[in-house]
Amino acid sequence: MALEFSPDTLKKFEETVNRYPKKEAAMLPVLCLAQQEFGHLGEEAIAYVAKILQQPPARVHGVVSFYTMLNMKPVGRHHIQVCRTLPCALRGAEKITGFLKQKLGIELGQTTSDNRFTLTEVECLASCGTAPMMQINDDYYENLTEAKVTEILESLK
Amino acid sequence: MEKILLRNIDVSDSHTLTAYKSRGGYGSWRKIVESMTPEQLINEVKASGLRGRGGAGFPTGMKWSFVPKDSPKPKYLVCNADESEPGTFKDRLLIEKDPHATVEGTLIAAYAIQSHTAFIYIRGELTFGASRLDQAVEEAIQAGYIGKNIFGSGYDLDVIVHRGAGAYICGEETALLSSLEGGRGWPKVKPPFPATHGLFGCPTVVNNVETLAALPWIIERGAAVYAAMGTEKSKGTKLFSVSGHIAKPGVYEVEMGYPFKKFLDEDCGGVANGRKLKGVIPGGGSMPVLRPEEIEKVNLDYESVQAAGSLLGSGGVIVMDDSTCMVGAAWNLARFFAHESCGQCSPCREGCHWMEKIFHRIEHGAGEKGDLDLILNVSGNIMGNTICPFGDAAAMPAAAFIKKYRDEFEAHIAEKRCTITG
Repeated sequence: MALEFSPDTLKKFEETVNRYPKKEAAMLPVLCLAQQEFGHLGEEAIAYVAKILQQPPARVHGVVSFYTMLNMKPVGRHHIQVCRTLPCALRGAEKITGFLKQKLGIELGQTTSDNRFTLTEVECLASCGTAPMMQINDDYYENLTEAKVTEILESLK
Repeated sequence: MEKILLRNIDVSDSHTLTAYKSRGGYGSWRKIVESMTPEQLINEVKASGLRGRGGAGFPTGMKWSFVPKDSPKPKYLVCNADESEPGTFKDRLLIEKDPHATVEGTLIAAYAIQSHTAFIYIRGELTFGASRLDQAVEEAIQAGYIGKNIFGSGYDLDVIVHRGAGAYICGEETALLSSLEGGRGWPKVKPPFPATHGLFGCPTVVNNVETLAALPWIIERGAAVYAAMGTEKSKGTKLFSVSGHIAKPGVYEVEMGYPFKKFLDEDCGGVANGRKLKGVIPGGGSMPVLRPEEIEKVNLDYESVQAAGSLLGSGGVIVMDDSTCMVGAAWNLARFFAHESCGQCSPCREGCHWMEKIFHRIEHGAGEKGDLDLILNVSGNIMGNTICPFGDAAAMPAAAFIKKYRDEFEAHIAEKRCTITG
């Protein structure tokens, strides 16, 4: 069955598009809706968004591949992104990443076999005063230590 | 010093309309709509000397005045909340703790250019900040500060909070506009400038969060009071985000012209763990690093930092102690720019990756004789040869690290290993 929005999401889609002066300006919010609904933005999702926004699929594909928050491949239930940029690096980001790799038994870019965690690195998240830090899905976790990371992982099912 | 930008953040529930109003919030907005013409407002902000806090430091009132008054096209005001410059986290604090100041500032700037649709473009990762802005806008709509016929004046204004999706380049104003148009965050050639050809080809002004958040205070207290603070050319106060090896990291508001060394040693508690300073980047990751002896007489204002060979930029102060490997630091930032280059202009698209690879091999013991001059050559060929300032932002720090810590780079190459961390 071809992908399409649920009636609820379709309603949100209409509301979103109506707020903007031009339909295509709603591209990013609509892609975010699609990612929430479909989990990731594969070719089918891209084709669907292209259709409802009346845009060429190649343009939508170009947008999806440009932004780091838009995932073309599936990610685990908890997407862990450790900031690696200088202020975090100066305060031990690399150690935190190494600890996470060891703890989860995966390398960067991989997902645990139970599909619980995906681990990636990310560039500066505007949280340099509370470095090292990571983002898991929508939430920031700051002033990280190995003990704190262990605690956080255990709290996430 | 009286705080302007951080005046509200310690109040309980500072993010709510109730708290903001109890401290006079939206009084400036009412005053403007009820009693000021756009020209009077622009002149007032010109007189305050306020300059754009996103990094470029362009006079705000002047930027507004470039918008044609007789254009038949719609005009747009965009608040740039896409804070992504390495070492910068001041806008995030303002958005999360005092979102109404940013919203009120956005309304004021929109009125100055007679825009009826304003956008707040916030970087997508800041989910919490976006929820705070959504809530603030909703409260302002309910209170009648946003919407149709505001204060019975006949002036209409809609505000849309728009979330980005992860791309540093969207902090550059024309890239931000491309993104807001639904495309990749690709910068556009200037001229024409956004003031005449911006969002969807319409007159547009893009102002940073910190710039906008200063406006309610300036209107409330008057331009002269603001202009009395700071130096001759850098007026008022500025936020500094301090990170890295510093005893008390965080966001600080200081009067422009404040001594840099005193700021680090006294206000920020000095280098962490009693270590020695090795270098400091004063204005975010895209600005040249300064050696300890170079900051002795520097003051925190646009002119003084520039005279010392760097730039005030976003005020992102990254402190590095004497245990820091400067090759590693240079490589880290080069990797950032290689990752974030939008890919439009070949000098930047190719050059950023090239520099990253060379820094990487030097740091990892595979550097070759001539590598340093090669990086300087690549960096020199990026400078000034790209559509937007990103190219310079990548090239400047790379060259500065090599020029100022050349011995350390040469030792890495000669000994074929990292000579600092082993």
